[in-house]
Amino acid sequence: MNSVDFLQWVRGPAFDAAVVIFVLGVIFRLFGILMLGKKPDLAEPRGGEWGPGLRTVLSRSLPDRGTFRREPVTVVAGYVFHIGFFITLFLSAPHIELFHAWFGLRWPALPTPLVDASAVITLLALVFLLAYRLANPVRRFLSGFEDYFVWGVTLLPVLTGYLAYHHLRLPYHALLALHILAVELLLVAFPFTHLMHTFTLFVARWYNGAASGRRGVVS
Amino acid sequence: MNTQALTDTAPGTAAVAPRGASLERGRHAFLEEIDAPIASFFSSCVRCGLCAHACLFYTETEDPRYTPIHKLEPLRRMWRQEYTFWGKLAKRVGLAKPVTDDELAAWSELVYDSCTLCGRCSRVCPVGNDIVYMVRRMREGMAAAGHAPAGLVRATRNAILNGSPMGVKLVTLEAQIRHVEKETGLTVPLDQVGAEYLAIFSSMEIVNYPEYIAALTRIFEQAGVTWTISSEAFEATNAGIQIGQSDLAAELLSRIVKAAEKLKVKTVISPECGHAYLALRWEGPNLLKRAYPFQVKHILELLDELRAAGKLRLRDSEDSRLTFHDPCQLVRQGGVVQEPRTLLKLVASDIVEMNETGVMNWCCGGGGGVSAIERAENLRLKAFRRKKTQLDELGVEMLVTACANCRVVLEEGVDAYNMELPMVGLTELLAEHLEERP
Ligand code: SF4
Ligand code: SF4
Repeated sequence: MNSVDFLQWVRGPAFDAAVVIFVLGVIFRLFGILMLGKKPDLAEPRGGEWGPGLRTVLSRSLPDRGTFRREPVTVVAGYVFHIGFFITLFLSAPHIELFHAWFGLRWPALPTPLVDASAVITLLALVFLLAYRLANPVRRFLSGFEDYFVWGVTLLPVLTGYLAYHHLRLPYHALLALHILAVELLLVAFPFTHLMHTFTLFVARWYNGAASGRRGVVS
Repeated sequence: MNTQALTDTAPGTAAVAPRGASLERGRHAFLEEIDAPIASFFSSCVRCGLCAHACLFYTETEDPRYTPIHKLEPLRRMWRQEYTFWGKLAKRVGLAKPVTDDELAAWSELVYDSCTLCGRCSRVCPVGNDIVYMVRRMREGMAAAGHAPAGLVRATRNAILNGSPMGVKLVTLEAQIRHVEKETGLTVPLDQVGAEYLAIFSSMEIVNYPEYIAALTRIFEQAGVTWTISSEAFEATNAGIQIGQSDLAAELLSRIVKAAEKLKVKTVISPECGHAYLALRWEGPNLLKRAYPFQVKHILELLDELRAAGKLRLRDSEDSRLTFHDPCQLVRQGGVVQEPRTLLKLVASDIVEMNETGVMNWCCGGGGGVSAIERAENLRLKAFRRKKTQLDELGVEMLVTACANCRVVLEEGVDAYNMELPMVGLTELLAEHLEERP
């Protein structure tokens, strides 16, 4: 198989399979979580659940003052990575073309140099976060195979994407194929790892905020 | 009632049930506790470690083992092995590390000694994990497996058999009541059917701070409200919840509910005790599986209502520099943040706030049953340094709080570190400033 055939396979059947695993996996996981249910609370409420629950979904994106003061590095590096990743994923012109082809929706792209910069910043943030995971006693202590694996499958698509876009090293077709393969790996790993937090954090934050709200605690 | 659990849960004394059997009981209890919130929390954790910096046991020791989410590791593995694809697969082919009895024994220190159920971590986790909710649930499995600390087992047994974790009996209460009546010249109502309020106490108040009973007597007299104490149920604390034995917790709660129903009161007043409030206000109806026919209020909520109704008339003001220590359960499980501040302003002029306060306050180090665990004493005193730092920053002359357990723990801490800091309960402070009777 030459690199063009390989590319055909990667962006064809392999991609479809990865998307199916991703979509079904995420649905099953979310379903599996919600299906466990929660016992009804019979204590007389002191406040509502929905408002505070939804507010917490948003407000937990900001750290409290004390946490920021104690762990500015984790907080800032976390923001930089997430923002960089989302810009690279959703605001680069080739990706928008793809989304357009799939969903028929289009939105303006950022100029290439900006997307470029965000990809580089995302990569640097990832490298930094790995180093910090290894250097920080709490994070190193908490981390296991899954955490490093998740780091790897997140890094690969960004790295291969950057190289492919700039036609660096390998021929373009081969690099593009690798990039798509890396994305497929990410998609397949997603439902089985804590990459799921992308979705489940909405559930977690909601439960947390709703429980507080019910007790009249400002969230 | 599971009385067997009372006799065989202490490590070292666990001679009754074979260990395998209690592990099985524990595993069953663990799985029973896993619900949608817990599954969403474990699925979301990204091991960022931020919760460590919210927990006084980590900040004061810098030992990563005290990271809140790590305290739940056995529960997390059980969830993984029973509820996730790879976990189930790994278990089937024998690749998963099963949770063992030795492991649970080792975790006893993390789940009990180093967690006051203060709930601070639950407000910090960026993905929204309600960690303290999980610790509370995990204790059910730990107690069932026989790994609750001896001190808590004893407190629970005392509460069930003698009516109080400290072994305080009705005669002790009666003696304190006589004392209060002599001091105030007022009658302390006992078993008055049809009174509006039923007051209950924590043993600590009956033994160490009977001033609280005197304060209630005088405040209610001035406000002209009817109240009573029950001779059958006067203990408010609930060791069953702290140890994680719902059946025993329910038994303790049902005594209060029965007394309240018998005396036909409209409201039960939870005393100056954070965990008693949590137990009675929030856990009770769920443990007894029915809503109460009465209301539950923390004393500070009631006092603030009396104030708003013009029934709390105060005079003079303290001029010493003072601060208020928020009991964790009151702010993070009850939202009672403004009430004590409003009340305190009526009787004090120089009030300063700690740097993290209200819903983000730091625990005294002895909540959640920790103060009853003898083997945890050193760790608890270490954790107290968090509060000490907060207090040192302010340079206050007096500390006001609204929880007898906080107060005992804070007094011990202050003693251990040779600090000079008088303490007072807010209810008591208000009673000292009541307008004279005409
Ligand atoms: S703060 Fe939340 S996400 Fe981070 S390690 Fe703790 S529980 Fe996990
Ligand atoms: S509830 Fe409090 S003591 Fe327990 S782990 Fe969380 S922060 Fe630490």
